[in-house]
Amino acid sequence: MGLGNAMVNDTSCEITLDNLLEMPEGRRILTCIQCGMCAGTCPYGDVMDYPPRKIINMLRAGLLEEVFASASLLSCVACYTCEAKCPRDIRLTEVLLPLVKEQTFLNLTEVPPELQSVLQDTLRYGNPMSESPRKRTRWLRTTDVPVRDLSKDAAPVDVLWFVECYPSYHPRGQDGTRATARLFQALGIDFGILGNEEKCAGECARLLGEAGLFDTLMDYNMAVFRNYEFRRIVTSGAHAYDAFRYQYPAVGFNYEVHHTTPFLASHLDTLRPLLTKELDLAVTYHDSCCLGRHNGFYEEPRALLEAIPGVRLVEMPHNRINAICCGGGGGGMWLDTYFKEKGYERLSDRRVEEAVATGADVLAVSCPYEVSRFEDSLKLLGHEDRMVVRDVTELLGEATGEPIEA
Amino acid sequence: MKIVVLLKMVPDVVEELELGPDGRSLDLELLRLIINERDEHALEQALLLKERHGGTVTVVALDAPEIDDVLFTALARGVDRVVKIEGAPETLTTHGAASLLAGGLPDIPDLLPADLLLTGCQAMDDLDAQTGPFLAQRLGLPYVGVISGVEVDLEAQRAFVSKEYPGGMHGDFEVTLPALLGIQAAATAPRYVPVAKVRAAMQSGEVEAISPSAQPEPPLVEVLKMMKLEAAGHAEMLEGSVEEVAGRVAELLGERGLL
Repeated sequence: MGLGNAMVNDTSCEITLDNLLEMPEGRRILTCIQCGMCAGTCPYGDVMDYPPRKIINMLRAGLLEEVFASASLLSCVACYTCEAKCPRDIRLTEVLLPLVKEQTFLNLTEVPPELQSVLQDTLRYGNPMSESPRKRTRWLRTTDVPVRDLSKDAAPVDVLWFVECYPSYHPRGQDGTRATARLFQALGIDFGILGNEEKCAGECARLLGEAGLFDTLMDYNMAVFRNYEFRRIVTSGAHAYDAFRYQYPAVGFNYEVHHTTPFLASHLDTLRPLLTKELDLAVTYHDSCCLGRHNGFYEEPRALLEAIPGVRLVEMPHNRINAICCGGGGGGMWLDTYFKEKGYERLSDRRVEEAVATGADVLAVSCPYEVSRFEDSLKLLGHEDRMVVRDVTELLGEATGEPIEA
Repeated sequence: MKIVVLLKMVPDVVEELELGPDGRSLDLELLRLIINERDEHALEQALLLKERHGGTVTVVALDAPEIDDVLFTALARGVDRVVKIEGAPETLTTHGAASLLAGGLPDIPDLLPADLLLTGCQAMDDLDAQTGPFLAQRLGLPYVGVISGVEVDLEAQRAFVSKEYPGGMHGDFEVTLPALLGIQAAATAPRYVPVAKVRAAMQSGEVEAISPSAQPEPPLVEVLKMMKLEAAGHAEMLEGSVEEVAGRVAELLGERGLL
């Protein structure tokens, strides 16, 4: 079960809170039966002043202004759980919550400092790590795979690989990036990157409610895309995939788009013979919210893992549509300090406890936020000797037996 | 209450700094500029005073790459008017900047006299902390610098300012208005402004530009040489098991008489 293709972006871009109830989407919201499934399934539903059920009730009563005055919707980590579980198919995470969060954000009397600097730096440098945009391609120095930088060689290319921020800059993100480059090369894919011209796709700014930042990044990236000829986009960012698939089309984006993990799964026949090294590992896979609940890519990453000789897949109790969010979406990536001050549980801790309990050696992931989030939790909880976190691409790269680092 | 905030741009150290071919300045081609952090605090302090006492805040900045973005952001934050002074050379000493501002401020219509002029107490590009004092002297205004708190009594035309000294000391000052203050820190951290508001300011706002009649005066101090720091030594990385590393740390602390 997955929401996958049912969640196509048809009208959400023109929807505002003012016209919402006149749109088909708004009328669907009015069919809410107040069952409370959304609030009950929400990982932070217990700490919100207004969980989704109450927001709908306030909307019906014309009292949304009261919701905007509360900062508690900052704790929505945009995990798509409420939407996936809604018996009325109300598009909470896709439509209603971003609209409400935008107003919540505009009304915040104080933006948590960690989040503030990340938003300012994402606007200024095009990445949330406060790194120079000139260093976006620094990781290329650590691979001997030839990677064409379109900003230096603009000849047409089949696949534009949109690497994204954590895979470009984060030391552990780069491990998956090098592996991905190696896999693309081994599969004979004609690919190139935007080099230092690439900037954050912006999806988490949008899901946080910072719509202006998202629009700015979207306008920028669209202008860059138009400078090059390519047939399709493959991105290592699970949130970037969502942005390209559901949001960018509103401003003329009409490329075929894939996330790296399902893209590699679609090449499994070619890839399988290359996976020659036996890894002898028990692996549990964490479904990221974007790839899993939002897009229904449940089986693709598992098929890739099972294709690795020696890998035994074990499942956590909460898997696929029930997977527990890592807490990094919708701005949560930069709200750990804020949540801790409020006394909220760190969702990645909750997830890691469950992963460790499976007895698996490896927690496999496919969203770039998760590597650092889960590794931090493993260390904080004292489980670092019991389990490691690996992106699916890292495990695949290792299984090809080729050295990933130059 | 009429407040003027003076801003300047400084090198952004997120980018790696390189020396220029003359060996005594930064390579301007590789630089990206960012608002001086203390000036951003001066702006925030001005907005806090405006919220409390009403009035207007005008930002005046020396022209520089990306200055328009900074000025539109200031408008989005709640500033009433933004002006850039054009024609400044790419590099200015504090003395040059002060003379250019002293000549340029009176050329800006309806700006002076103001009740308060605020600027950062120093800029990280030269660490001179002199622009404020030089400018105050030229404008005939009192100056207090390194301020981390401002209260105003408009009726009495007085400001009460405080600064922190090393060793846990704290000083309160009273200064007659109009005055020029060098701000170290605003009472609260500079506020976030949603990008949508900045985009709206870019649509509807205006950056005024003036070319001052005065030219900046030549520098009184000359930079002879600029160089990168050379690493003098290296950190020793301790390796081994937790017990081994802890043992070695204890040993080192003992050797240095720290236990």
